Formats: sequence, C-alpha cells, structure tokens
Amino acid sequence: MEPDDRSGAEIAIWAEGLRKRFGDTEALRGVDLEVPRGKVCGLLGPNGAGKTTAVRILATLALPDGGRARVAGYDVVRDAEQVRYRIGLAGQHASLDDKLSGRDNLRMLGRLYHLPERVARARADELLERFELVEAADRVVKTYSGGMRRRIDLIGSLIIAPPVLFLDEPTTGLDPRSRGQIWETIRELVADGTTVLLTTQYLDEADQLADDIVVVDQGRVIASGAPDELKAMIGNRLDVVVRDVATLDAAAKVLGSVAGAEPEVEHGDGRVSVPVREMVLIDVVRELDRAGVVVADVALRRPTLDEVFLRLVGAPAHDTDGIREEDAA
Amino acid sequence: MTVLDISAEIPAPPATAALRVRRALRDGVTVARRNLAQLKHQPGELVGALIFPAILVVLFGYVFGSAIAVPGGGNYREYLMPGLFAMTTVTGVLGTMLGMATDAGRGIMDRFRSMPVARSAVPFGQTGADILVGALAMVIMVGCGFVVGWRAHNGLAATMAAFGLLMLLRYAISWVGAFLGLLIGDPDTADQYVPLVFPISMISNTFVPTEHMPAWLRTIAEWNPVSALVAACRDLFGNPGAPVGHEPWPLAHPIPATLGWSFLLLAVFVPLAVRRYVTMSR
Repeated sequence: MEPDDRSGAEIAIWAEGLRKRFGDTEALRGVDLEVPRGKVCGLLGPNGAGKTTAVRILATLALPDGGRARVAGYDVVRDAEQVRYRIGLAGQHASLDDKLSGRDNLRMLGRLYHLPERVARARADELLERFELVEAADRVVKTYSGGMRRRIDLIGSLIIAPPVLFLDEPTTGLDPRSRGQIWETIRELVADGTTVLLTTQYLDEADQLADDIVVVDQGRVIASGAPDELKAMIGNRLDVVVRDVATLDAAAKVLGSVAGAEPEVEHGDGRVSVPVREMVLIDVVRELDRAGVVVADVALRRPTLDEVFLRLVGAPAHDTDGIREEDAA
Repeated sequence: MTVLDISAEIPAPPATAALRVRRALRDGVTVARRNLAQLKHQPGELVGALIFPAILVVLFGYVFGSAIAVPGGGNYREYLMPGLFAMTTVTGVLGTMLGMATDAGRGIMDRFRSMPVARSAVPFGQTGADILVGALAMVIMVGCGFVVGWRAHNGLAATMAAFGLLMLLRYAISWVGAFLGLLIGDPDTADQYVPLVFPISMISNTFVPTEHMPAWLRTIAEWNPVSALVAACRDLFGNPGAPVGHEPWPLAHPIPATLGWSFLLLAVFVPLAVRRYVTMSR
C-alpha cells in the first residue's frame, strides 16, 4: 500500500511493483522497496540484476513501465521536478565534467541548483574543505586518480545537502584504501540524517554500510532484511581445521553425520566447514576425538554475506579478482 | 570550520511561468559558460581550430587556386574567401555534435537530468557556446582573408548582413549537430562521422563554379544550402562569381534562400534535439 505519509517524513523511499522492460529484456519484474528516513538500504545483486534500472527510475532518469514510487514524499513520475530538488545521485560512471577543475564542477552544479552565485561558490569551497580535497580542487578532473574522482563525484551529489542520496556502485573498481575513504564519507552523511540507497555487488560493502539489504536477481527481490537476519536465514557454520591433512576425510565424515548436512572440504587449508542449526560443538569435538582426528582449530561462526548470496542466487556475487588495479597508486 | 546553512537557500520549483523562463535562461547561460570554460583547460584544441582556416586559405588560395578560373573573371582569392567563410560555418556542426555526444556518453548528462535543470538548457547552452566560438573562428578567417587580399566592397551594411547570414546558418546547423550528437550518444562513434562534413561543404559552389559538374551533381550542389550562403556572401561583399542569370531559384535569390534554409533547420532540429535530450534512455 502507498504510505499515508505523503511528506516522506517517515518513509523516504517507497516503491511498489516497479517494472521496466528494454526490448526483450525485463530489467525489473515488480520490485518493492521501503526505506525509512535516515537509513541505508543496500540493493545487492549480480551484474544485470536490475539494480541500476531501479535507481534510474527512483532518480527520475527513467520512466517505469509499471508500478509506482515516491521519493522524499513525491511521485517520481508526476512530481519529478520536486523529487529532483531533494535527491543526489552519484553513478558508477564518474558524472563530472572531465575538462573542468573539481572546484569549477562543484560551482557549476550549485548554479544549476539555482543557488545564488555567492552561495554556490561558498558551498563548493565548504565541501572541498570538509572532505579534504582542497589540494586537488583546482586541477582538471581528467588528471584525478580513480578514487579521488569518485570522491569528488560523490561530493557533487551533496551540493544541496539532499535528504535522499542514490549511490550506484560507488566503489566498483576502486582499491581498498579508496573504498575505505568513500565508506567513511557515506557514514558521515548518514550520521547527518541522509537516507541512502546504495547499489553494490560487494557483500562486505552492504555489510559495512547498510541497515537493511534487499537482494535482487533477474529483476526480482529474492530476499530482504537486516544483514544479521539474512545471515540467520542460513544458520551458523562450524569450521574445523585438522592438524594432519590425511585425517581430513575422517573429519568430514564426523561433521557430516553430527550436523546432518553435506560438509565443504578445503584440502589446501585442511579445513572442513558445515552449516549447523544448534550448538553441537561438544558432540563434534568428542566424535572427532573418538575418530582419532587431531584438531588445530575449531570455530563456530556466522556465515558471511557471500555465503548467503551464494545460497540465495546460486552464484557468486562477483568474481574475486573483479577489483581492478587502476587506483593502486 | 564554519558550516554554511544551505537549507535556507535551496530554491523551490518555480511558481510562475515567468520565473520558469528566467531559470531556464540562467541554466542555459550556466551550461554555455561551462562549455566555454572547457576551452580554458585545453587551449590546444582551440589553437588547432584556429590554425585550420589559415591552412585552408593557403591550400585553396595558392595551391588549387592557381589552376582555377573564376567565372566572369576576377581574383580567385576574392572568389574563394566567401566559400571559406561558409566552410567555417558548416564545420561548426562538428563541435556541437562531438560536445553533445561526449556529454551523452559520460555520466554528466545523467547528473544534469537528475537535477532540477531546465530540460532545454543543455542543448541551448551548448549551441550558445558554440556560436561564440564560431564568431571567434570567423574573426580569424577574416584576418586571413585580409592578408591574402580579400576585401568587402559594398559598404558596412551589406558586409554586416553577410556576416549575419553566416552566423545565422551556423547557429541553425549547430542544432543539427546537437541532435546528431544526442542521437549517436558516444564520442568515439561521433568521431567516425566527422569526414562527412567535407562533401557537404564541398559539393557546392564553395571552391569551384557548379556549371562544369555533371548534371546530377550540379543539381545537388545548387540546392545545397551552403551554395545559397556562398552566393549570398559573394553578392553582399561584392566579390566575383555573383549570379549571372538562368540559375535555379536558390542561387538567383540567395539571401531569401539562406534565410529560408536557416529557419527551416531551426524549426525542425530545435524541437528534435530538445525532445531527444528529454526522452533519451528513459
């Protein structure tokens, strides 16, 4: 149901049954979303899942073929202009003018938000200072490193301090240090009360930043909830590392029978891992001892979001070498 | 540090039509300023664009010109310069096309479209900036013309009228470029279309008279808007090669023909380009 809350005071982003088709491809097949004000929602899914299409509709760039959506209290189709005064968008492709300096870019954006010239200039300076980009501010954007470019692109979406921010894969292709800086910036914004919809294919990113995660695959929402709830869906895991790799098969057999599930065996680490529903630690240790397996390490742990994703989608969220080296310098 | 309180300054959507028009104009000026500011950081491109006319003057004025006879007699370089002014006008389509294709291919157009920027501001700003660059290119070309002996002979009013026509058609053609750039949507593909501008500017009376061309080509050349523009300029500047009767209508009446072409192109391509900008990738 459409929320009564038409001002967006409680629900900042709301969507119901969003559909979008490109030719023969159904990019979205009925997506529902609800993000409370001041929260971070992580839209998680593999490439082509429909994440970007959803963001484009919510940010008024694309029209839905079906369904409705309200952002900051306004309908994204009927009241698109009202929405545009209340949102910021930072895309995975740096959406700045390459041929201008960072400062000139920010000033231009301020003017395009119809801020008075004096305010547009002051705001550009303030943002550059707050996010420690003053040194690079007067260089042409083309000369920036990938990480710096993303940061200034992100800042470009903050000109009017929008109550709702859309970040479409803000760290894809960045090195770990740059990702950390972007995360830091996002956390600061959230602390100020901004509502954020973040798309990502990195599970740790969603885990780090999001209050709620919506997993999409092939244009549909296949799971949603807090990161811990999603992890709880597939239960805890028990990891056992054996001292002698020759005993690995025996250990796997014990774990399989105690937990009643198929164990995963990693020969390289001498590790056996199995999902467990309840505390079986003592049983496992006793049975291993009885089977003559000498244990180097035993740990009961929550699953990673990668494991959740693998279970839900049936494929890894991204290949592990997806991070490019371009920003390593 | 002091934190600017931005909340008081964020404008609401315009309440009246007058305010809406004012905002749209201001947005157009902002985008045009941005396009001009880009040149500040790449003076090389500007210099290249300005050296090109000088090369054309030498190439056509002295290399090819030495073998070309002007119909009705006269100095070839006096005959040539209105043609080169027109060529400068037509090649203006490229800057607009590449500029728009570059914006469309990068994320910046998405950013503009997610902002409360007037939908017409981006194409109007781009074409507005391009007409200023075009005026500068024309000044350089006139300088080159003076060096090689070209003069306007019919007084100030006729001379200004000729430059007015050159700028008007250039503005109209830049809207064709804006539409094509948005249609193509990426700078690398747009680059492939650049050479097409040469047949359009050269299958005309720009460099040689049309009368010795094969009949079918001659018809194309005579109805090419560029030919009307060149004929109008020769007429207004008092340069050799002006119409001498039994010519098709656009060359017999080159001034109304140029005005007609300009307004026709504007009437077709301004709405097309703005519409394309509003609806693309939705």
